[in-house]
Amino acid sequence: MTTAEVSEAQSYNYEVVRLFTLATVFWGIVGFAVGLLIALQLAFPDLNFEPYLTFGRLRPVHTSAVIFAFGGNALFATSYFVVQRTCRVRLWNDGLAMFTFWGYQLFIVMAALGYVLGVTQAKEYAEPEWFVDLWLTVVWVAYLLVFLGTIMKRKEPHLYVANWFYLSFIITVAVLHLGNGLSIPVSWTGAKSYTVFSGVQSAMIQWWYGHNAVGFFLTAGFLGMMYYFIPKRAERPVYSYRLSILHFWSLIFIYIWAGPHHLHYTALPDWAQTLGMTFSIMLWMPSWGGMINGIMTLSGAWHKLRQDPVLRFMIISLAFYGMSTFEGPLLSIKSVNSLSHYTDWTIGHVHSGALGWNGFITFGALYYMVPVLWGREKLYSMKLVNIHLWVATIGIVLYIAAMWVSGIMQGLMWRDYNDMGFLEYSFVESVMAMHPFYIIRALGGVLYLAGALIMVYNFYRTIKGDVCEKEYQSGGELKGAVA
Amino acid sequence: MSFLHKHQKLEKNSLLLLFWTIIAVLIGGIVEIIPLFRTETVIEPVKGVRPYTPLELAGYNIYLREGCYNCHSQQIRPLRDEVARYGHYSLAAESMYDHPFQWGSKRTGPDLARVGGKYSDDWHVAHLKAPRDVVPESIMPSYSFLLKTGAKIDDLDQHLKTLRLAGVPYSDEMIENAEKDAIAQATGEARMDMAGLVSRYGEKVLARDFDGQPEVISEMDALVAYLQVLGTMVDFKSAEQVEESAP
Ligand code: HEC
Ligand code: HEM
Ligand code: HEM
Repeated sequence: MTTAEVSEAQSYNYEVVRLFTLATVFWGIVGFAVGLLIALQLAFPDLNFEPYLTFGRLRPVHTSAVIFAFGGNALFATSYFVVQRTCRVRLWNDGLAMFTFWGYQLFIVMAALGYVLGVTQAKEYAEPEWFVDLWLTVVWVAYLLVFLGTIMKRKEPHLYVANWFYLSFIITVAVLHLGNGLSIPVSWTGAKSYTVFSGVQSAMIQWWYGHNAVGFFLTAGFLGMMYYFIPKRAERPVYSYRLSILHFWSLIFIYIWAGPHHLHYTALPDWAQTLGMTFSIMLWMPSWGGMINGIMTLSGAWHKLRQDPVLRFMIISLAFYGMSTFEGPLLSIKSVNSLSHYTDWTIGHVHSGALGWNGFITFGALYYMVPVLWGREKLYSMKLVNIHLWVATIGIVLYIAAMWVSGIMQGLMWRDYNDMGFLEYSFVESVMAMHPFYIIRALGGVLYLAGALIMVYNFYRTIKGDVCEKEYQSGGELKGAVA
Repeated sequence: MSFLHKHQKLEKNSLLLLFWTIIAVLIGGIVEIIPLFRTETVIEPVKGVRPYTPLELAGYNIYLREGCYNCHSQQIRPLRDEVARYGHYSLAAESMYDHPFQWGSKRTGPDLARVGGKYSDDWHVAHLKAPRDVVPESIMPSYSFLLKTGAKIDDLDQHLKTLRLAGVPYSDEMIENAEKDAIAQATGEARMDMAGLVSRYGEKVLARDFDGQPEVISEMDALVAYLQVLGTMVDFKSAEQVEESAP
């Protein structure tokens, strides 16, 4: 670093990024732990404790905690980190940035407490009631202002590609949230409201929202991470600038159309289902274009993969991204969906994306950021990073393999006929058949959670200022942060 | 390349980038969503579908609150095995008064779109109270507290009013009598205004003590009343006629 760069770095607002980073780790642990609990509830139903801690109330706690709390805080942390460094200016308006931190945590707590207490709109990934939605709107507008304000005063003439993705994520999530959230409260002093839309319309709008929560929250935003942290860690420029442009516009344009693949064979009109299917299959191309752009960034630097477990986290995340975006178009084909819909196959697909792609790219980014944010030369231990990587990978493999088998088995059992022309299995027989796979899945969850706890320990020691000297002396090849 | 050159404009002007991003993401949604509001082309008219009674509505809200939709779908697809297992496939009209829809996305338990009338009230009460007493292999949570919790019925008129704002055809009379109708339906007692309930919601309305506790109107009453009406509203003879005449 030159002295000019150093003084610039000192002027960045890292305080709020540090807070978001800690929140990411905290909510990650909470979200994984609740995931494990609900996984165990499906294997051992006695673990349901009525009225508050039943599967039906806790499942939204899990999905919100991992997507909005873990994923959301990671997006806040990395976007604030990246936008400052790529624009070479301090975050616009410290006060407002701090407000987004506390405001967002308040949103999470209100939402999660609500579900446990039975306050919910009962729309997947949009469960918070009207007053929580309104609060989130305020926080989100502040987020947009901070991000845009920072971009506007940038010192770089060009806006780096990672920021395009972050910006499209912020604005599209706002549009989706406002559209799907339209509801009328029963009374201004009560929690309950009714969604404005009903039946078919509410289904279409919900999955326009739901699919693009995946598309923009779990994909576009996280692609922003990919476009910054992979080149940075590999110390190589992005593979292709033209591919980035193509990737960006085709991804955001096509994603929006794919919502109806959640509604195949339902009462939604056929033309909408066909559009959804067609665009979902087209979506395969930009998805893989992005993946290739990320992986090929390593060309000429493949040896770094062997030395650097943090980079390995990032590249494996892209492999899982490629896998889930291949599986997704497959599941969108109506004949495949007739088998997979309603089954654990969907759950397997979700978690190959969620655990593999979203989880791993976040872990990679966190391992990169923590030493930088706390002014440490390197992570406490690279060996622990490597252990985290393998423990978590085995956890994912157990999880998704179990769900593939149970999902396909479930689908086949439901449609199986005997010689007499009657259905072969009663529903509850299919429930019983799932039991061993639910246990394997829970085991996968234990490993994934254990890996994350190893990360927490590593961060704790890093932030304290410890370095595992032994490791760095002997394994000279391992390198720390590239601050 | 001129295309790359043009794109540089966007990279240098963040508001322009923001503008085109919004355009790009609006198109798909507009094309897919707006036509659905021409309801006559989306929802075939079928006889029999009516708004929920106040008691059923209270049950619907308990269904949402408990997150039953996380394990149960309410959407039978027109596939041979589903129709054999659950009954006639679901019609758009059947969920037209659900704000929001309850089609679900996961069948950890069976589809409930036509569970109404499949079991007795006693079965439902016993099952919700302790599922494994009824179906030993079940993994459904128990909901015995519903028997002990009184259903909140004194503000149901407000709920009906709100839904009317959202387009559900509740009449003034229905709103005025919401609480009375709920009591009548949950007790089935002759001294209540049964004629009024029937005149407002039709002959087929089920009015009786659902939870086996005549002295209270519990949340169990409401939830079972809701479950028992699911999928029973449509008169399938007339629905078939519509389908046959459809192109
Ligand atoms: C953990 C997932 C889960 C949740 C949450 C859940 N159920 Fe179930 N449900 C099941 C399973 C599994 C079965 C099949 C075994 C059985 O009959 O108990 C079932 C069966 C049923 C049945 C019998 C359906 C039939 O056709 O045989 C009804 C009715 C029912 N559930 C209602 C509810 C209601 C109402 C709620 C919410 C208060 C609810 N369930 C919540 C898993 C769940
Ligand atoms: C320890 C790790 C995890 C475990 C054990 C776990 C477990 C579970 C379980 C048991 C379910 C319910 C499945 C069902 O209804 O049959 C679920 C749903 C879900 N989980 Fe996880 N989960 C974990 C991590 C994550 C992460 C990190 C994310 C996202 C970033 C995630 C996102 C989701 C989503 C979106 C659903 C809903 C899926 C659907 O509706 O189809 N999970 N999870
Ligand atoms: C090309 C990209 C993708 C396509 C076309 C696609 C397609 C699909 C399809 C067809 C389903 C099943 C719907 C159903 O039968 O109910 C589904 C479910 C889901 N997918 Fe994807 N997928 C893609 C990528 C991803 C990624 C990267 C993630 C990230 C985590 C993801 C998260 C989910 C979730 C959370 C669900 C469950 C929704 C629910 O039912 O609650 N998808 N996807």
